[in-house]
Amino acid sequence: MIVAERKPVDEIVAMVSNAKRVLVLGCRGCVTVCSAGGEREVEILASLLRLGAKKQGRELETIEATLVRQCDREYVEGIDQWAGQYDAIVSMACGVGVNFIANLRPADPVYPGVNTTFFGGSAEQGVWTEQCAGCGNCVLHLTGGLCPVARCAKSLMNGPCGGSQDGKCEIHREVPCIWQSIHDRLARLGRQDDMNRIAPIRDWSSAGHGGPRKQVRDDLTV
Amino acid sequence: MPDIQIFCCHYTSQQAIAEGTAGLAADGFPASATINRLVCSGKLQVSTMLKAFEEGADGVCVVGCPENECHNLLGSQRAAHRVRAVRKALSELGVEPERIEMFHLPRGFHPEFVEAARRMEERALNLGASPFKSEKKVAPKSAEKPASPAKKGKAPAKAAAKAPAKKAVKSAARKSASKGGKKK
Repeated sequence: MIVAERKPVDEIVAMVSNAKRVLVLGCRGCVTVCSAGGEREVEILASLLRLGAKKQGRELETIEATLVRQCDREYVEGIDQWAGQYDAIVSMACGVGVNFIANLRPADPVYPGVNTTFFGGSAEQGVWTEQCAGCGNCVLHLTGGLCPVARCAKSLMNGPCGGSQDGKCEIHREVPCIWQSIHDRLARLGRQDDMNRIAPIRDWSSAGHGGPRKQVRDDLTV
Repeated sequence: MPDIQIFCCHYTSQQAIAEGTAGLAADGFPASATINRLVCSGKLQVSTMLKAFEEGADGVCVVGCPENECHNLLGSQRAAHRVRAVRKALSELGVEPERIEMFHLPRGFHPEFVEAARRMEERALNLGASPFKSEKKVAPKSAEKPASPAKKGKAPAKAAAKAPAKKAVKSAARKSASKGGKKK
Protein backbone atom coordinates (compact mmCIF):
# COMPACT_ATOMS: atom_id res chain seq x y z
CA MET A 1 0.00 0.00 0.00
CA ILE A 2 0.95 3.64 -0.20
CA VAL A 3 1.86 4.75 3.32
CA ALA A 4 1.25 8.27 4.55
CA GLU A 5 1.11 10.24 7.78
CA ARG A 6 -0.80 13.33 8.77
CA LYS A 7 1.01 16.61 8.32
CA PRO A 8 1.59 18.73 11.43
CA VAL A 9 -1.75 20.35 12.23
CA ASP A 10 -0.39 23.89 12.33
CA GLU A 11 0.75 23.51 8.71
CA ILE A 12 -2.72 22.49 7.59
CA VAL A 13 -4.39 25.21 9.66
CA ALA A 14 -2.14 27.76 7.92
CA MET A 15 -3.05 26.35 4.50
CA VAL A 16 -6.77 26.96 5.05
CA SER A 17 -6.46 30.17 7.04
CA ASN A 18 -8.45 32.08 4.42
CA ALA A 19 -11.22 29.52 4.11
CA LYS A 20 -14.49 29.60 6.02
CA ARG A 21 -15.76 26.25 4.79
CA VAL A 22 -13.44 23.30 4.29
CA LEU A 23 -14.19 19.92 2.78
CA VAL A 24 -11.99 17.40 4.62
CA LEU A 25 -11.84 14.52 2.21
CA GLY A 26 -10.59 11.07 3.10
CA CYS A 27 -9.91 8.07 0.92
CA ARG A 28 -10.94 4.49 1.60
CA GLY A 29 -7.90 3.09 -0.17
CA CYS A 30 -4.35 2.76 1.16
CA VAL A 31 -4.53 5.68 3.59
CA THR A 32 -7.45 4.06 5.37
CA VAL A 33 -5.43 0.88 5.82
CA CYS A 34 -2.43 2.77 7.21
CA SER A 35 -4.72 4.93 9.40
CA ALA A 36 -3.60 8.21 7.87
CA GLY A 37 -6.59 9.38 5.88
CA GLY A 38 -9.67 7.24 6.41
CA GLU A 39 -12.99 8.15 8.01
CA ARG A 40 -11.61 8.23 11.54
CA GLU A 41 -8.68 10.43 10.59
CA VAL A 42 -10.99 12.76 8.67
CA GLU A 43 -13.09 13.21 11.81
CA ILE A 44 -9.97 13.96 13.86
CA LEU A 45 -8.48 16.41 11.37
CA ALA A 46 -11.78 18.24 10.93
CA SER A 47 -12.00 18.66 14.68
CA LEU A 48 -8.39 19.89 14.85
CA LEU A 49 -9.00 22.38 12.04
CA ARG A 50 -12.04 23.76 13.86
CA LEU A 51 -9.98 24.03 17.05
CA GLY A 52 -7.14 25.72 15.15
CA ALA A 53 -9.58 28.23 13.73
CA LYS A 54 -11.14 28.86 17.14
CA LYS A 55 -7.69 29.56 18.53
CA GLN A 56 -7.32 32.20 15.82
CA GLY A 57 -10.65 33.63 16.89
CA ARG A 58 -12.63 32.58 13.86
CA GLU A 59 -15.25 29.98 13.06
CA LEU A 60 -14.64 27.27 10.52
CA GLU A 61 -17.28 25.06 9.00
CA THR A 62 -16.15 21.62 7.94
CA ILE A 63 -17.66 18.89 5.81
CA GLU A 64 -16.30 15.44 6.59
CA ALA A 65 -16.43 12.86 3.84
CA THR A 66 -14.48 10.00 2.33
CA LEU A 67 -14.40 8.76 -1.24
CA VAL A 68 -13.94 5.15 -2.28
CA ARG A 69 -10.72 6.28 -3.96
CA GLN A 70 -9.24 9.58 -4.99
CA CYS A 71 -7.10 8.10 -7.75
CA ASP A 72 -9.93 7.40 -10.18
CA ARG A 73 -11.76 10.01 -12.18
CA GLU A 74 -15.21 8.56 -11.55
CA TYR A 75 -14.81 8.63 -7.78
CA VAL A 76 -13.25 12.11 -7.70
CA GLU A 77 -16.28 13.35 -9.56
CA GLY A 78 -18.26 12.49 -6.44
CA ILE A 79 -16.99 15.81 -5.06
CA ASP A 80 -19.77 17.41 -7.11
CA GLN A 81 -22.28 16.54 -4.39
CA TRP A 82 -20.72 19.24 -2.18
CA ALA A 83 -20.40 21.83 -4.94
CA GLY A 84 -20.77 25.35 -3.60
CA GLN A 85 -20.49 24.20 0.02
CA TYR A 86 -16.74 24.67 0.53
CA ASP A 87 -13.99 27.21 -0.11
CA ALA A 88 -11.13 24.71 0.02
CA ILE A 89 -10.51 20.98 0.04
CA VAL A 90 -8.05 19.25 2.36
CA SER A 91 -7.36 15.85 0.84
CA MET A 92 -6.22 13.14 3.20
CA ALA A 93 -5.41 10.80 0.32
CA CYS A 94 -1.88 10.23 -0.85
CA GLY A 95 -0.32 12.73 -3.24
CA VAL A 96 -2.03 10.96 -6.11
CA GLY A 97 -5.42 11.99 -4.76
CA VAL A 98 -4.39 15.61 -4.30
CA ASN A 99 -3.06 15.69 -7.87
CA PHE A 100 -6.21 14.10 -9.25
CA ILE A 101 -8.42 16.66 -7.56
CA ALA A 102 -6.16 19.46 -8.81
CA ASN A 103 -6.32 18.00 -12.32
CA LEU A 104 -10.07 17.57 -12.33
CA ARG A 105 -11.15 20.64 -10.33
CA PRO A 106 -9.00 23.44 -11.80
CA ALA A 107 -10.83 26.17 -9.89
CA ASP A 108 -10.88 24.48 -6.46
CA PRO A 109 -8.06 25.10 -3.98
CA VAL A 110 -6.88 21.70 -2.76
CA TYR A 111 -4.32 21.11 0.00
CA PRO A 112 -2.57 17.97 1.24
CA GLY A 113 -3.50 16.75 4.71
CA VAL A 114 -0.85 14.04 4.75
CA ASN A 115 2.73 13.47 3.74
CA THR A 116 2.98 10.52 1.37
CA THR A 117 5.95 8.54 2.56
CA PHE A 118 6.52 5.20 0.81
CA PHE A 119 5.20 1.90 -0.54
CA GLY A 120 5.17 -0.46 2.37
CA GLY A 121 3.39 -2.89 4.59
CA SER A 122 2.34 -3.21 8.20
CA ALA A 123 5.17 -4.92 10.08
CA GLU A 124 3.13 -4.90 13.29
CA GLN A 125 0.22 -2.90 14.62
CA GLY A 126 1.02 0.77 14.20
CA VAL A 127 4.32 0.14 12.41
CA TRP A 128 4.84 0.34 8.64
CA THR A 129 8.03 -0.36 6.74
CA GLU A 130 9.11 0.42 3.20
CA GLN A 131 9.25 -2.62 0.95
CA CYS A 132 9.19 -1.33 -2.61
CA ALA A 133 10.59 1.73 -4.36
CA GLY A 134 8.39 1.54 -7.43
CA CYS A 135 11.53 1.72 -9.56
CA GLY A 136 9.88 0.20 -12.61
CA ASN A 137 12.41 -2.59 -13.21
CA CYS A 138 11.87 -5.35 -10.67
CA VAL A 139 14.80 -7.61 -9.70
CA LEU A 140 13.04 -9.57 -6.98
CA HIS A 141 13.36 -12.81 -8.96
CA LEU A 142 17.13 -12.56 -8.49
CA THR A 143 17.14 -11.56 -4.84
CA GLY A 144 14.86 -14.08 -3.23
CA GLY A 145 11.94 -11.66 -3.21
CA LEU A 146 13.74 -9.05 -1.07
CA CYS A 147 14.25 -5.65 -2.64
CA PRO A 148 17.74 -4.12 -2.55
CA VAL A 149 16.51 -0.90 -4.16
CA ALA A 150 14.02 -0.05 -1.43
CA ARG A 151 15.56 -1.84 1.52
CA CYS A 152 19.30 -1.19 1.12
CA ALA A 153 20.23 2.29 2.37
CA LYS A 154 22.54 2.60 -0.64
CA SER A 155 20.31 0.73 -3.13
CA LEU A 156 23.26 -1.49 -4.00
CA MET A 157 22.65 -4.04 -6.73
CA ASN A 158 25.64 -6.37 -6.34
CA GLY A 159 25.85 -7.47 -2.75
CA PRO A 160 26.52 -5.78 0.57
CA CYS A 161 28.63 -2.69 1.01
CA GLY A 162 30.77 -4.31 3.68
CA GLY A 163 29.75 -1.94 6.41
CA SER A 164 27.05 -4.04 8.01
CA GLN A 165 27.62 -5.52 11.45
CA ASP A 166 25.82 -8.46 13.00
CA GLY A 167 23.45 -8.48 10.09
CA LYS A 168 22.42 -4.86 10.65
CA CYS A 169 22.76 -1.89 8.32
CA GLU A 170 25.57 0.54 9.11
CA ILE A 171 23.31 3.49 8.31
CA HIS A 172 20.33 2.41 10.39
CA ARG A 173 21.43 0.06 13.16
CA GLU A 174 17.92 -1.22 13.83
CA VAL A 175 17.36 -2.25 10.20
CA PRO A 176 18.53 -5.64 8.91
CA CYS A 177 21.14 -5.49 6.14
CA ILE A 178 18.96 -6.56 3.25
CA TRP A 179 21.91 -8.09 1.42
CA GLN A 180 22.61 -10.26 4.46
CA SER A 181 18.93 -11.27 4.38
CA ILE A 182 19.11 -11.95 0.63
CA HIS A 183 22.22 -14.08 1.12
CA ASP A 184 20.65 -16.08 3.94
CA ARG A 185 17.41 -16.56 2.06
CA LEU A 186 19.06 -17.67 -1.18
CA ALA A 187 21.09 -20.14 0.87
CA ARG A 188 17.92 -21.57 2.40
CA LEU A 189 16.45 -21.87 -1.07
CA GLY A 190 19.59 -23.56 -2.43
CA ARG A 191 20.20 -20.66 -4.79
CA GLN A 192 23.49 -19.29 -3.46
CA ASP A 193 24.83 -19.14 -7.03
CA ASP A 194 22.47 -16.27 -7.72
CA MET A 195 24.72 -14.14 -5.50
CA ASN A 196 27.45 -14.49 -8.13
CA ARG A 197 25.36 -13.04 -10.91
CA ILE A 198 26.57 -9.58 -11.78
CA ALA A 199 23.83 -7.01 -12.15
CA PRO A 200 24.64 -4.74 -15.07
CA ILE A 201 24.80 -0.98 -14.74
CA ARG A 202 21.25 -0.02 -14.15
CA ASP A 203 19.12 2.22 -16.31
CA TRP A 204 17.21 4.31 -13.82
CA SER A 205 14.99 5.98 -16.40
CA SER A 206 12.22 3.58 -15.41
CA ALA A 207 12.45 4.86 -11.82
CA GLY A 208 11.09 8.28 -12.64
CA HIS A 209 14.46 9.91 -13.22
CA GLY A 210 13.33 10.67 -16.74
CA GLY A 211 10.22 12.57 -15.72
CA PRO A 212 6.68 11.43 -14.93
CA ARG A 213 5.95 7.88 -15.98
CA LYS A 214 2.96 6.69 -17.89
CA GLN A 215 1.55 3.26 -18.55
CA VAL A 216 -0.86 2.42 -21.34
CA ARG A 217 -2.61 -0.94 -21.55
CA ASP A 218 -3.96 -1.16 -25.05
CA ASP A 219 -6.22 -4.08 -24.16
CA LEU A 220 -7.96 -1.93 -21.56
CA THR A 221 -8.25 1.36 -23.38
CA VAL A 222 -11.51 2.32 -25.05
CA MET B 1 -14.55 28.16 37.21
CA PRO B 2 -12.71 26.00 34.70
CA ASP B 3 -14.42 23.18 32.87
CA ILE B 4 -12.71 19.85 33.56
CA GLN B 5 -13.89 16.79 31.69
CA ILE B 6 -12.95 13.46 33.19
CA PHE B 7 -13.14 10.36 31.04
CA CYS B 8 -12.83 7.29 33.18
CA CYS B 9 -13.50 3.63 32.91
CA HIS B 10 -16.28 1.77 34.66
CA TYR B 11 -13.85 0.27 37.15
CA THR B 12 -11.84 3.29 38.24
CA SER B 13 -15.02 5.32 38.78
CA GLN B 14 -17.25 2.66 40.32
CA GLN B 15 -17.09 3.91 43.90
CA ALA B 16 -16.95 7.55 42.83
CA ILE B 17 -20.31 7.13 41.13
CA ALA B 18 -21.74 5.41 44.18
CA GLU B 19 -20.68 8.30 46.39
CA GLY B 20 -23.09 10.68 44.69
CA THR B 21 -22.76 14.45 44.57
CA ALA B 22 -22.70 15.03 48.29
CA GLY B 23 -20.23 12.28 48.97
CA LEU B 24 -17.90 13.40 46.26
CA ALA B 25 -18.07 17.00 47.37
CA ALA B 26 -17.31 15.96 50.93
CA ASP B 27 -14.28 14.12 49.64
CA GLY B 28 -13.04 17.28 47.95
CA PHE B 29 -13.98 16.40 44.40
CA PRO B 30 -14.04 19.70 42.48
CA ALA B 31 -17.39 20.99 41.29
CA SER B 32 -15.74 22.04 38.04
CA ALA B 33 -15.19 18.42 37.05
CA THR B 34 -17.66 16.32 35.08
CA ILE B 35 -17.34 12.57 35.04
CA ASN B 36 -17.82 10.86 31.68
CA ARG B 37 -17.94 7.15 32.32
CA LEU B 38 -16.89 4.60 29.72
CA VAL B 39 -16.99 0.83 29.71
CA CYS B 40 -13.21 0.91 29.32
CA SER B 41 -10.76 3.76 28.83
CA GLY B 42 -9.59 1.87 25.73
CA LYS B 43 -12.96 2.77 24.21
CA LEU B 44 -12.06 6.46 24.29
CA GLN B 45 -11.31 7.86 20.86
CA VAL B 46 -9.06 10.78 19.97
CA SER B 47 -12.04 12.51 18.38
CA THR B 48 -14.00 12.33 21.66
CA MET B 49 -11.21 14.07 23.56
CA LEU B 50 -10.94 16.74 20.87
CA LYS B 51 -14.69 17.18 20.99
CA ALA B 52 -14.41 17.93 24.71
CA PHE B 53 -12.06 20.81 23.89
CA GLU B 54 -14.36 21.96 21.11
CA GLU B 55 -17.20 22.06 23.61
CA GLY B 56 -15.25 24.27 25.99
CA ALA B 57 -13.17 22.05 28.26
CA ASP B 58 -10.21 23.80 29.86
CA GLY B 59 -8.71 20.50 30.88
CA VAL B 60 -9.30 16.85 30.08
CA CYS B 61 -8.42 14.07 32.46
CA VAL B 62 -8.41 10.43 31.39
CA VAL B 63 -8.46 7.80 34.11
CA GLY B 64 -7.85 4.14 33.43
CA CYS B 65 -6.65 1.06 35.24
CA PRO B 66 -3.00 0.63 36.20
CA GLU B 67 -0.95 0.03 33.06
CA ASN B 68 -0.43 -3.68 33.48
CA GLU B 69 -3.60 -4.43 35.41
CA CYS B 70 -6.34 -3.23 33.08
CA HIS B 71 -9.54 -5.18 33.48
CA ASN B 72 -9.58 -5.43 29.68
CA LEU B 73 -5.86 -6.16 29.45
CA LEU B 74 -4.68 -3.36 27.15
CA GLY B 75 -7.49 -0.80 27.39
CA SER B 76 -5.73 1.72 29.60
CA GLN B 77 -2.54 1.40 27.55
CA ARG B 78 -4.51 2.18 24.41
CA ALA B 79 -6.03 5.19 26.14
CA ALA B 80 -2.58 6.41 27.14
CA HIS B 81 -1.39 6.18 23.52
CA ARG B 82 -4.40 8.19 22.36
CA VAL B 83 -3.88 10.81 25.04
CA ARG B 84 -0.32 11.17 23.76
CA ALA B 85 -1.70 11.68 20.24
CA VAL B 86 -3.95 14.48 21.50
CA ARG B 87 -1.07 16.08 23.40
CA LYS B 88 1.02 16.04 20.23
CA ALA B 89 -1.80 17.63 18.24
CA LEU B 90 -2.31 20.31 20.91
CA SER B 91 1.42 21.10 20.78
CA GLU B 92 1.22 21.44 17.02
CA LEU B 93 -1.60 23.93 17.50
CA GLY B 94 0.51 25.88 19.98
CA VAL B 95 -1.66 24.88 22.95
CA GLU B 96 -0.34 23.57 26.27
CA PRO B 97 -0.29 19.75 26.00
CA GLU B 98 -0.67 19.49 29.76
CA ARG B 99 -4.30 20.45 29.34
CA ILE B 100 -4.85 16.72 28.93
CA GLU B 101 -3.41 14.05 31.17
CA MET B 102 -3.66 10.28 31.54
CA PHE B 103 -3.88 8.83 35.03
CA HIS B 104 -3.48 5.13 35.74
CA LEU B 105 -5.26 4.57 39.04
CA PRO B 106 -6.28 1.59 41.12
CA ARG B 107 -9.83 0.40 40.64
CA GLY B 108 -12.54 1.48 43.01
CA PHE B 109 -12.75 4.73 44.94
CA HIS B 110 -9.44 6.02 46.05
CA PRO B 111 -8.25 9.43 47.18
CA GLU B 112 -6.11 9.36 44.04
CA PHE B 113 -9.22 9.71 41.87
CA VAL B 114 -10.25 12.90 43.67
CA GLU B 115 -6.65 14.06 43.68
CA ALA B 116 -6.41 13.61 39.90
CA ALA B 117 -9.46 15.81 39.40
CA ARG B 118 -8.10 18.43 41.78
CA ARG B 119 -4.73 18.42 40.04
CA MET B 120 -6.38 18.98 36.68
CA GLU B 121 -8.48 21.79 38.08
CA GLU B 122 -5.45 23.44 39.62
CA ARG B 123 -3.56 23.06 36.37
CA ALA B 124 -6.40 24.61 34.38
CA LEU B 125 -6.51 27.53 36.80
CA ASN B 126 -2.78 28.04 36.37
CA LEU B 127 -2.96 27.84 32.59
CA GLY B 128 -6.00 30.07 32.30
CA ALA B 129 -8.94 29.58 29.99
CA SER B 130 -8.62 27.28 27.04
CA PRO B 131 -7.37 29.20 24.00
CA PHE B 132 -10.15 27.49 22.04
CA LYS B 133 -12.76 29.46 23.96
CA SER B 134 -13.99 32.73 22.63
CA GLU B 135 -14.86 33.95 26.13
CA LYS B 136 -11.98 33.64 28.53
CA LYS B 137 -13.47 33.49 31.98
CA VAL B 138 -11.55 31.38 34.41
CA ALA B 139 -11.13 32.26 38.06
CA PRO B 140 -7.69 33.61 38.95
CA LYS B 141 -5.06 31.25 40.24
CA SER B 142 -5.36 32.50 43.80
CA ALA B 143 -8.80 30.93 44.12
CA GLU B 144 -8.14 28.01 46.43
CA LYS B 145 -10.56 25.23 45.64
CA PRO B 146 -12.61 24.19 48.63
CA ALA B 147 -14.33 20.85 48.83
CA SER B 148 -17.18 22.56 47.11
CA PRO B 149 -20.71 21.43 46.51
CA ALA B 150 -21.95 20.63 43.04
CA LYS B 151 -22.35 23.46 40.52
CA LYS B 152 -25.56 25.35 40.72
CA GLY B 153 -27.96 24.09 38.16
CA LYS B 154 -25.77 21.16 37.37
CA ALA B 155 -27.08 17.63 37.42
CA PRO B 156 -26.19 15.62 40.50
CA ALA B 157 -22.92 13.77 40.22
CA LYS B 158 -24.53 10.44 39.61
CA ALA B 159 -26.68 11.74 36.80
CA ALA B 160 -23.85 13.91 35.51
CA ALA B 161 -21.70 10.86 35.47
CA LYS B 162 -24.15 8.90 33.44
CA ALA B 163 -25.43 11.41 30.97
CA PRO B 164 -22.10 12.62 29.60
CA ALA B 165 -20.82 9.07 29.57
CA LYS B 166 -23.66 8.17 27.28
CA LYS B 167 -22.78 11.13 25.11
CA ALA B 168 -19.11 10.18 25.09
CA VAL B 169 -19.79 6.60 24.21
CA LYS B 170 -22.19 7.66 21.54
CA SER B 171 -19.63 10.03 20.17
CA ALA B 172 -16.88 7.45 20.33
CA ALA B 173 -18.88 4.82 18.57
CA ARG B 174 -20.32 7.18 15.99
CA LYS B 175 -19.95 5.99 12.45
CA SER B 176 -19.25 8.61 9.86
CA ALA B 177 -21.67 8.68 7.04
CA SER B 178 -18.99 8.85 4.42
CA LYS B 179 -21.28 9.16 1.48
CA GLY B 180 -23.28 12.17 2.55
CA GLY B 181 -20.53 14.10 4.26
CA LYS B 182 -21.04 15.43 7.75
CA LYS B 183 -21.26 19.16 8.08
CA LYS B 184 -20.00 20.73 11.31
